[in-house]
Amino acid sequence: MKLSDKAEEILEALWIAVEEEGRGFEEQERISVAADDPAYRELTGLAFIEVREGRVYFRSEGKEEGRKTIRRHRLAERLMMDVLNIRGETAEDKACQFEHLLNEGVDAKVCTMLNHPTTCPHGKAIPPGDCCAEARQNGDLGVVPLTELKSGEEGEIAYILTEDSKKMQKLMAMGVLPGNRILLMQSFPSYIFRVGFSEFAIDTAMAREIFVRR
Amino acid sequence: MAFFKKKASCHTPHNDAPSHARKVVLVGNPNVGKSVLFNALTGAYVTVSNYPGTSVEVSRGSATIDGEQFQIMDTPGMYSILPITEEERVAREILLNESPDVVVHVLDARNLERMLTMTLQLIDAQLPVVLVVNIMDEAERMGLTIDIPLLQEKLGIPVIGAATAKKRGLAEIRRAIATYTGKTHAVFGYSRRLEADIDSVTTLIHGSYPISRKSLALLLLQRDDEVTALVKEREGEGYTAIASQVKEKCFERRESFHMDLSMERKGIVTGLLADVFRFPAQRRVTFNERLSRWAVRPLTGVPLLLVVLYFGLYKFVGDFGAGTLVDFLEKGLFEDHFNPWITNLTKAVIPWEVIQELFVGEYGIITLGLRYAVGIILPIVATFFLFFSILEDSGYFPRLALLVDRIFKKIGLTGRAVIPMVLGFGCDTMATMVTRTLETVRERVIATLLLALAIPCSAQLGVILALLSKAPGALLVWGACLLLIFLIIGFLAARIMPGETPMFYMELPPMRLPQLSNILTKTYTRMQWYFMEILPLFILASVLLWVGKITHFFEVAVEALSPVMAVMGLPKEVAVAFIFGFFRRDYGAAGLYDLQTKGILDPRQLTVAAVTLTLFIPCVAQFLIMKKERGMKVAMGIGLFVSGLAFGSGWLLNKFLLVTGLL
Repeated sequence: MKLSDKAEEILEALWIAVEEEGRGFEEQERISVAADDPAYRELTGLAFIEVREGRVYFRSEGKEEGRKTIRRHRLAERLMMDVLNIRGETAEDKACQFEHLLNEGVDAKVCTMLNHPTTCPHGKAIPPGDCCAEARQNGDLGVVPLTELKSGEEGEIAYILTEDSKKMQKLMAMGVLPGNRILLMQSFPSYIFRVGFSEFAIDTAMAREIFVRR
Repeated sequence: MAFFKKKASCHTPHNDAPSHARKVVLVGNPNVGKSVLFNALTGAYVTVSNYPGTSVEVSRGSATIDGEQFQIMDTPGMYSILPITEEERVAREILLNESPDVVVHVLDARNLERMLTMTLQLIDAQLPVVLVVNIMDEAERMGLTIDIPLLQEKLGIPVIGAATAKKRGLAEIRRAIATYTGKTHAVFGYSRRLEADIDSVTTLIHGSYPISRKSLALLLLQRDDEVTALVKEREGEGYTAIASQVKEKCFERRESFHMDLSMERKGIVTGLLADVFRFPAQRRVTFNERLSRWAVRPLTGVPLLLVVLYFGLYKFVGDFGAGTLVDFLEKGLFEDHFNPWITNLTKAVIPWEVIQELFVGEYGIITLGLRYAVGIILPIVATFFLFFSILEDSGYFPRLALLVDRIFKKIGLTGRAVIPMVLGFGCDTMATMVTRTLETVRERVIATLLLALAIPCSAQLGVILALLSKAPGALLVWGACLLLIFLIIGFLAARIMPGETPMFYMELPPMRLPQLSNILTKTYTRMQWYFMEILPLFILASVLLWVGKITHFFEVAVEALSPVMAVMGLPKEVAVAFIFGFFRRDYGAAGLYDLQTKGILDPRQLTVAAVTLTLFIPCVAQFLIMKKERGMKVAMGIGLFVSGLAFGSGWLLNKFLLVTGLL
């Protein structure tokens, strides 16, 4: 079942009002979706919400759906900012459009790629999904920059994120290729790591661009 | 360091290879022993060290194998045939322009997996490759085994396991070079998509090239400027079609072409190394590795550095070189025995006093020039180069580089600049040449400036240490002044010079016990270069000073400079040292030494003079190299700036010392 975009917007607004602002309901006029929109009927039909005298109330099934919706929205925001590097108003707009695509497991993929973020770029909490709980349970710390490893820790190179292709070539020539094992030997004053049987020293700026799966 | 040969051609004794001689090019990653192999094959000497990037130019020599003449070329280290740095460009140029008969790819056995990628690239280019798997001894000590015959079978080219530093495998390498025809090699296939992309470009290439069309296509797709220019030139009209095809493919694969290619090559290498390369489950940790750990941790690395500096620089170079040896040579040999003898001899042979003066007078070629060069400068420089060579071969410098990287970043350099800076304490001229190994122009200019300004060379350092050690506190003030000026000027230069802070990356070669023979040869080569460099200048300086003296121009110059001296609170005799210093800074410092022995200077004056002279204009040789490496404009700019700053600092220091009464 896939909700309409408008229905998702209603759920989000309601979730923020009820869960984050602690109110029991949300005034229909404060929701950006017009009162006569079919989305309300869609949601009441699914028994997600109740509309009485211009006030919108959650029903328990709806709360869970709202949680997922808000999670998708905030993941989309993170994606825009952290990965696609789109900021400001555009980011918000794009995130609103993008969130509707993040269902049926895509959200878990994005969440894993972003390494299970807990807050959106505005500092609001992202409700954890199943993938987050699973990662926590497995102690899977995901993909982190080399700078986040402790000395003596080993990992597998996941990817290199740099806009400078010369730097990329240099790193690759040094044996920093996805799939290779990398051992961080020291992190101060410079990063020293071992790939294969060679040791290399790099500075923080370069270490930040090597992403490692622990 | 091939640049030594420019001065003294005697380092390449067999450079007369006939033009029909077959050409052999040595290529490979930095620090895998190409130069050792070059020396072994040609019997010549190019500097070998345990520091990546020691060879910055191409060395040429010749060898006779089985009665046939070969021309051997040693190239700077390269990681891939797609060049990134200047040295790599130089090395690739040789592959493209010299049409070699044999390309010897030297690699480090321990890093076979990583370095074999370049072998693939060379085979792709259809160059006649012989593979030398070097440093087998250290690999074996680590418990690695490499099945050389199997690798040879898989690659289809001659593969030789060797340890060139231990003379192992040399006969096999010679035989392979002499008999290899370059006709056979394996062909490696990439993924269907990549092959199709390559084909779409190769079908458009029609000219003849030193490397295969497949390799050309790959380089074009990697946006290699030089290869693009080459293809443009050879293809003429047809180039437009190639360019648009390349653009289209580049766009199609814009996301990750470099990465895809590397991954495909990595896949091929993994396949090649199956059953070939075996390593023990448990890593063996050697003593050298433990030493390496100590050197790179700040907590142990800084004390270790201080120990190295104290015993190496202060005790060995300062006390032993500038003290004991100089006393013995300068006082014992020259002043007590040689000078009186030669003076009497000259006076007996040459009747004219003016000519006598030229050879044995106050500024005589022999009594002053030769005495300074041999008696004072030579022992200091010799001990310094010995110390430097030992450190260099032990593999300590890359570790020092990473230790100081953070501080060097503040002055616009990276840890990489530690080599020219330390070498500068030996000879600033040589160090200025080595600045070309730095990556950006910005770094090179800053390094050149700091070398010219605040790094005293060993000769100067030795004399100044000897000079100031007699006045307690003076040495401290001098050291603090220089360090302060070094940091302030570096910091300001980094702010003023346009450009971004460069990145720092460096391979750490294993720590090794230096080999005595290599150290001695290296020290000897550097000494020889240095001596050839300074002796003519010292003689020239003597002659000019003599001319100045007999024409009384010299007195005029001293008079002219005396107001400047007066402003700095110095007696006018010090002007002599500064005029000396124009020829070489150490010559000037040695001049101060003479003044101090005569008791003309008090501690304050001595310190002011020493600081000013250390900062003062670089020696003529360094200036010439600055001009060659950085261009006239930059060299002039640095020269003027340094002179101004030197006198300015002298003046300021004098005032400061007068007010505080510190000395």
